[in-house]
Amino acid sequence: MPNVTNINVNGKKLRVDVDGQTPLLYVLRDYLNLTGTKYGCGEAKCGACTVLVEGQAMRSCVTPVSRASDKQITTIEGMEQDGKLHPLQEAFLKADALQCGYCTSGMIMAAAALLKKNAKPSRDEIVKHMDGNVCRCGTYPRIVNAIEIAAGTAKEVAE
Amino acid sequence: MNDDLELEIIEQERYELFAGPLYNFNFNRRQFLKAFSGGIALIVPVSNLVAHTLQQDQGESGRRGNERIPDDIGAWIHIDEKGTVSVFTGKVEIGQNIRTSLTQAVAEELHVPLDTVRIVMADTDLTPFDMGTFGSLTTPRMAPQLRKAAAAARETLIALAAEQWKVEPASVRIVNARFVNHDASKSLTLAEVAKGQKLVKTIPAEVATTAAKDWTVAGKPVPKVDGRDFVTGKHQYTTDLRREGMLYGRVVRPSALEAKLVSSDTKAAEAIPGVVVVRDGDFIGVTAPDRATALRAERAIAVHWQAPGQPGNDELFDYLKKNAEAGRGRPVGSIVNGMAAAEKKLSQTYNIAYIAHAPLEPRAAVAEWNDGKLTVWTGTQRPFGVRSELAEAFHIPEEKIRVIVPDTGSGYGGKHTGESAIEAARLARASGKPVKLVWSREEEFNWAYFRPAGVIEVNSGVRKDGTVTAWEFHNYNSGGSGIQVKYDFPNQDIQFHNSKSPLRQGSYRGLAATANHFAREVHMDELAQLVNMDPVQFRLKNIKDARLKAVLEAAADKFGWSSKKTEGRGRGIACGFEKGSYIATAAEVSVDAKTGRVKIERVVESFECGAIVNQLHLHNQVEGAVVQAIGGALFESIQFKNGQILNGKFSQYRLPRFSDMPVIEIVLLDRKDLPSAGAGETPIVGLAPAVANALFDLTGKRIRSMPLT
Repeated sequence: MPNVTNINVNGKKLRVDVDGQTPLLYVLRDYLNLTGTKYGCGEAKCGACTVLVEGQAMRSCVTPVSRASDKQITTIEGMEQDGKLHPLQEAFLKADALQCGYCTSGMIMAAAALLKKNAKPSRDEIVKHMDGNVCRCGTYPRIVNAIEIAAGTAKEVAE
Repeated sequence: MNDDLELEIIEQERYELFAGPLYNFNFNRRQFLKAFSGGIALIVPVSNLVAHTLQQDQGESGRRGNERIPDDIGAWIHIDEKGTVSVFTGKVEIGQNIRTSLTQAVAEELHVPLDTVRIVMADTDLTPFDMGTFGSLTTPRMAPQLRKAAAAARETLIALAAEQWKVEPASVRIVNARFVNHDASKSLTLAEVAKGQKLVKTIPAEVATTAAKDWTVAGKPVPKVDGRDFVTGKHQYTTDLRREGMLYGRVVRPSALEAKLVSSDTKAAEAIPGVVVVRDGDFIGVTAPDRATALRAERAIAVHWQAPGQPGNDELFDYLKKNAEAGRGRPVGSIVNGMAAAEKKLSQTYNIAYIAHAPLEPRAAVAEWNDGKLTVWTGTQRPFGVRSELAEAFHIPEEKIRVIVPDTGSGYGGKHTGESAIEAARLARASGKPVKLVWSREEEFNWAYFRPAGVIEVNSGVRKDGTVTAWEFHNYNSGGSGIQVKYDFPNQDIQFHNSKSPLRQGSYRGLAATANHFAREVHMDELAQLVNMDPVQFRLKNIKDARLKAVLEAAADKFGWSSKKTEGRGRGIACGFEKGSYIATAAEVSVDAKTGRVKIERVVESFECGAIVNQLHLHNQVEGAVVQAIGGALFESIQFKNGQILNGKFSQYRLPRFSDMPVIEIVLLDRKDLPSAGAGETPIVGLAPAVANALFDLTGKRIRSMPLT
C-alpha cells in the first residue's frame, strides 16, 4: 500500500507518496524526474543505476526506497555544483570516456564512491571497484584514464 | 574506387533488405518550402549520397538566384536570418559521434566556430529521408556531401557580402564567422549577410572542398560536441522522456518464440483502477498511470499460449547445414586446378554462435496521437524505416506519422526495427493518452534479434613455399559481408548460403565480416602451420594489396612480432578488409593454470580508413570495437531450447568488463590521399581470430568456434 517516504536527494529534503518497496531507481526517475540515473538490467549487474547513499555506491534498481529513507542520496544531477562540473565529470570529458553515454552517470557515481574512500587508487584498485559497471561501447580503458585524471594519478591523457 | 569494390561495399546483408525502399522522395519541394522560412539553404540531393549514381549537373557553380529545388532532398544546410547554421540529416547519433564529426566537416568549410553549427538529426518531419544509420556510411557518403554543401554555402554568402560592399568576391574572406573585406576594414556577421535572403541552391557538381592535408578543424581530436549533457545526466534519451498525462505501458509476452495465443483472461487486470487492457490479435498489453500498476496489471493477466517445437543450440549447426539453400558467389579461376597444383590440402569447419547486441539502453518508445497524427520518439537506427513499419501496422499514410530519434543509448546494428514504437503506439491509441514503453532487459534478450549464427566450411590447397593455390569457402547462414578475400588467391570459390534460422536474426556491428574473418584467418593460421611458416610471413607471401600489407606490417612491428616470445604466453595475428577500411590485429594471451580462464593480455590493432576525420573519436571507436569483440571471442553465446532463451539476462550472459581489458595499443594509419571510410564496424573483425591463433600458439589446441570454448 502506498505510504510516504522521506528522502534526501542532492541536499534537498523530499517526500514521495509511494510503496516503500518501490526501487529507488523508479522513485528518482518517475517521481522526482531525475532521469540521469539509468535502468540497464534490473538485477544490479550493470551499474547504470548507480547512486551514492551516504557516500556509498548503491544499485538503485534493487534498493527499495524505504531503505534509503532519511539517508543522503546523491545522483548524477547533484555532482555539478554552482555550474562547475565535478572533477570526475571534467575528467570523463577530457579522456573522451564515453560514446553513447548511457552508462556514464553510473560510471561517474561508482568512481565517486571509490575516490571518496581511496583518493589515489591504483589501476588494479580501479578495475576491481568498477568491475560491476558495464560499458557496451567498450570505453573501459578511457574510463580508467578518466578516473586517474580526476585522482591526479594519470600518467598520460588518452590520445 | 573501382566497380567491384563499390559493389562489395553497398552489398547489404539479406536481412537488411527489409530496410525498405532505397529511394523515398517524401521530403519533397512542398515540405522543404514549409520548413524553409528564409536565409540561405544548400541542398544535397539523395542521388549524391547513393553509390552507382553519376553526379548530375545540378546547377552551375557561381550562378546566382534560386534554382529548381530537387525532388530528392538527401540533406541540407540552412543559414537562417539570425546567422544560425543548421544541418538537417536523417542520420542518428548512437554513440559513434557523427554529431561531432559532421559538425567538424561543416564548420571547416564554412570557416565558422564549431559551436555555431547545430545538427538536426533523425526527425522524419524535419530531416530528409535517410535509409538508416548502418554500414559505416555516414563518413564516406554524408560527410563529404555536407562538406560540399558548406563550401557552396560559404561561396554564396561571400558573393552576397561582396555585393553589399560592391567589391569582387575574391577580396572577401570569412574569418571566425565574420566576413571581412581585403584590408579587414569592414566586417559583416553571418546574420547580416543572410538577412532578407530567401535563396535555395542545390550543391553544384563541381565544388572545391578542403583537401584532407589542409584540414584544420576536421582531422583534429575535437571532444564530443554535447559531451557536457551526457556527463551531467541532462541528455534525454527516449527512456527519459515524459509527456503531459503520459501512461506507462507493458506488453504481455508469449511463452516462447512463435507461440500463438490460445486464450486469455484479462478481467482481474481490467478491475485495477486506471488500467486499460488492449487485446488485438495476438497482442495483449496494458497501460496504467504508473509503472508499478502497469506491472501488476500485466501479471494479473492469465494467458495460455501454444508454442511449436523448435531446435535448440545443441543441434543448431546441423540444423543450419540441413536447411541451407544453394550458394551464391562468383568463382575465380578453377578450384579443381588449384587443388591439383597444391602440395598440401586442408578442410575445416568453423562454428559461430548467436550473440546479442545488448545495448545498454533497451528498446523504448514514447507514442502519442493528436487528431489522427501519430508522433513516436524511439531509439532506432532507421527512423524512416520505423515510420514505414508504423504506417503499415496502423494503415495510415506516412505523412500522418512523425518519428523522432533522440541521441540513443547505442545500437551496434541491433536497433533497425520498430517493435517498441509499434507497441507503444498501439497502447497510446487504445488509452487516448501518450504512452511510454521501455523494454526490460529480459525482453531485450528474448524479443529483439541476434547476430546470426553460422557454419563455415573451408577447403584449401597450398604449396610448400606458402602459396595458396585453392580457396573454397562456404558460409551457411551468418552472411556475406567480408566473405571476399584481399589475398592474392588465384583460384577461389566463395559462397554464401541462406538457411533457416531458429532465432530471429539481423544486423550486428560488422555483420558477418566477423564470422568470415574468423574462419578465414584461423584457417590461414592452420595453413601456415601446415607448411611450417611464420604466420606473418605466410600471409605476406599471399598479399599483393599494398594497403593490407601496410596494416599487417604495422601491427606486427608495433607488437614486436619478430622479438622473443614472452614465457607462458601465446601470440596470434589476423588481418582483413571490410567496408573500405583495412585492419590487422595481434593478440597475446595467457591461460590460468588453475581455473583455465583465458586472459587476453595485450592487443595491438592497426587500422586504416583513408583520411582520418577525428583522431580522438576514431581511436575511441577502434578501441571500443576491440573491447566489444572480446565478448564474441571469449564468452558471448545465446543458449536456447524450444523457443526459449535460456540465458537472457546480465547475470547469465557474460559481457566484457573492466577486468577483461587487455593492454590495447592502436596504430592509426592516416592516408590523407584517400577518401575517408567509416570506422564503426571493421575494427571489430580481427580480435577473435587473433586470439584463437594465440591460444593455439600457447596450448597447441586449435579452437574453431566463436566463442572460443
